[in-house]
Amino acid sequence: MVTLKIERNGTIEHFEVSEGQTLLSALYEIKEKYDTTLTFAAGCRASVCGTCAVRVNDKEVLACAHKVCDGDVVAPLRFHPLLRDLKVDKSQALQTLQRSEAVLHHYGEAVLAPKDAHKTERQSDCILCDSCYSACPVLAVDEAFLGPFALTRAYRYAIDPRESDNRSIIDAIQQKGVWDCTLCGECTAVCPKGIDPKSDILQLRTLSAQAGYSDPNFAAQSFGTPDFGGGFGFDPNGGF
Amino acid sequence: MCRLAPEAIARLERLGVPFSRIKASQSDANQNPSPFTLHPSLKCIAQRRMGGASAPRACYAQDYTGLKILHTLYDHAWHSGVTFLNEHLLLALEPHRAYFWDIRQGKVVAVNAKAIVLATGGFGAIYHGHTTNLYGATGDGLAAAYRAGATLSDPEFVQFHPTGLYSSNILISESARGEGGYLVNEAGERFTDELAPRDEVARAIFAQMQAGGKVYLDLRHLGKEKLEALLPQEMALARLHEGVDPTEALLPIKPVVHYTMGGIETTLKAEVKGCEGLFAAGECANMHIHGANRLGGNSLLEIVVFGEIAGKAAAAYAKEYDNSVPISDRAEALTQRIRKICDRKGGENLYTLRRELGDLLYEKAGIIRSADGLKAAQIKLNDLKEKLQAIDLGDSSLQNNQALVEYLEFENALLLAELLIDAALKRQESRGAHYREDFPETNDLFAYHIEAKQGGADGNA
Ligand code: SF4
Ligand code: SF4
Ligand code: FES
Repeated sequence: MVTLKIERNGTIEHFEVSEGQTLLSALYEIKEKYDTTLTFAAGCRASVCGTCAVRVNDKEVLACAHKVCDGDVVAPLRFHPLLRDLKVDKSQALQTLQRSEAVLHHYGEAVLAPKDAHKTERQSDCILCDSCYSACPVLAVDEAFLGPFALTRAYRYAIDPRESDNRSIIDAIQQKGVWDCTLCGECTAVCPKGIDPKSDILQLRTLSAQAGYSDPNFAAQSFGTPDFGGGFGFDPNGGF
Repeated sequence: MCRLAPEAIARLERLGVPFSRIKASQSDANQNPSPFTLHPSLKCIAQRRMGGASAPRACYAQDYTGLKILHTLYDHAWHSGVTFLNEHLLLALEPHRAYFWDIRQGKVVAVNAKAIVLATGGFGAIYHGHTTNLYGATGDGLAAAYRAGATLSDPEFVQFHPTGLYSSNILISESARGEGGYLVNEAGERFTDELAPRDEVARAIFAQMQAGGKVYLDLRHLGKEKLEALLPQEMALARLHEGVDPTEALLPIKPVVHYTMGGIETTLKAEVKGCEGLFAAGECANMHIHGANRLGGNSLLEIVVFGEIAGKAAAAYAKEYDNSVPISDRAEALTQRIRKICDRKGGENLYTLRRELGDLLYEKAGIIRSADGLKAAQIKLNDLKEKLQAIDLGDSSLQNNQALVEYLEFENALLLAELLIDAALKRQESRGAHYREDFPETNDLFAYHIEAKQGGADGNA
């Protein structure tokens, strides 16, 4: 047996569960044996539906892909409204998908090669588990930040050869987007699908620069000019 | 469906689905001879040969075709401003209205609609503990449609995948056998042709299990290097979920429920027979496409082709429909019923019963069936239905009550289990995924669909 310490609405409760199982099956063991009120979200058990992400010892994991260890402290995701126990409301975080304009806008016929498909193979593995969102330190201070998974998606569509005009995507990720990221890499460290939002964000910065945008912080710092308009938009004096 | 397939793929391509590709130079040589003239932008989509197919036909997106189609469509839905009511469980349907349990708020919500499309999936999860399906695949849409007067057909046709991990039911893909893996029994002997069709392999494995033995996938002879290169996903899943390293040890497996062929009777225009303004598509619907056993790749094609047909038919119907919707009075009754379930005291545990139902179906109404087994299952099922009334949820909260949701799903599971067992008993032959050891041959006297309708006598069609 191992002991799990589960954070439930602010207090920690201890439960004894069998070892050698995933956290998700341990949560069901608790529900069946000790306390049917324990609340969490679950679906596929196989790391594809993205429903079950929680934090274990302050690091985001999928409950269905984490093997329980003695003393594990289990808590809900951060930066999501708490619904009950380990279950959170993801609707606010998902809105970033809309705000980032992450979609194919203007289809243009293109003959894609295997290497084109490889370029966004990883990005399109995203299961919207929100682990990266919960790990991102920027969201701790600015809840309007677009966050890692939306930006990774924006990148996926922005570089798709079938997108004939990615302007609306690039425009949408300037404010509270690519330039607000600190490139700390926390998102990349926790993604269960091996996605690297941090480097996608870096690539998006390059695309943004090519589209005439520049880092508003950099501009503000180096030239001492006021950060007009919230630091986004095309700046004709932006170093070009 | 096959005729509409190329256009369906073209539509997904235009929406941005990240299909795998082949080199342009290969695209002419390698593709099927096709009666359609395809634009080069479609010809470069890679195709693979699925089990039972005579040529590589299935377009794919790495190992995650379904997931990538789903998420691409989801992105478009956000972009087009579709409203999602997350965490709403379908309770009941009536003409032009659906009732939901709003799980977060803890209340019944009635949604009026000119047209309704059901896309609620199959019911493989009634085999709890023996399925690759997600927990919630308990046929909630089918049950609601049935209670609203729709006909359910072919519930006895349930597809098993031969190799799920023994304790976690996680799928180990066919490629593990394709690459040369052996199936062995406890004595370490091979007992079947590993590359025979799915249902044959599943039966051979189950026969070993019925005789009291365990069955393993033996991959050791392939060598660590080859395994890590060819089956990295499988290696990781086996280590995580079964605690077994397949490069060194035998991997315990069993056949698991993968897909339910039966469902709500619909026309080929996706209209639910007998229900005004109701449409259905996907695994919840039965358009008689998969017969008694589905071919690999066809479920994704079905949802893409008939999803569009259902959507368009519903839209056309809604445009024509100008009657006002009836005044609701069922919300209060549904609320009362749920309150009672939450407050009830009793001696039964939902999770124990859910497991018992899964075990019962797996053993008696699974891969190998017989009249005796099915009759025993009927008796035990009645017992479970009685016990249902004595379930104590142990959670009387209305908001975010996960046990309540799982209870309501269990009610639906019991209904579908009953229809499944009845149909399996009636079908005194073996056909596709349905195998009766007391009637091992196909009998064309049974070349019809078994249908069930609430209140009405079960019919043949
Ligand atoms: S790299 Fe950027 S997006 Fe990722 S966690 Fe750090 S700040 Fe957030
Ligand atoms: S990028 Fe990774 S961590 Fe973030 S939501 Fe997608 S799958 Fe989860
Ligand atoms: S339950 Fe689906 S990802 Fe964990």
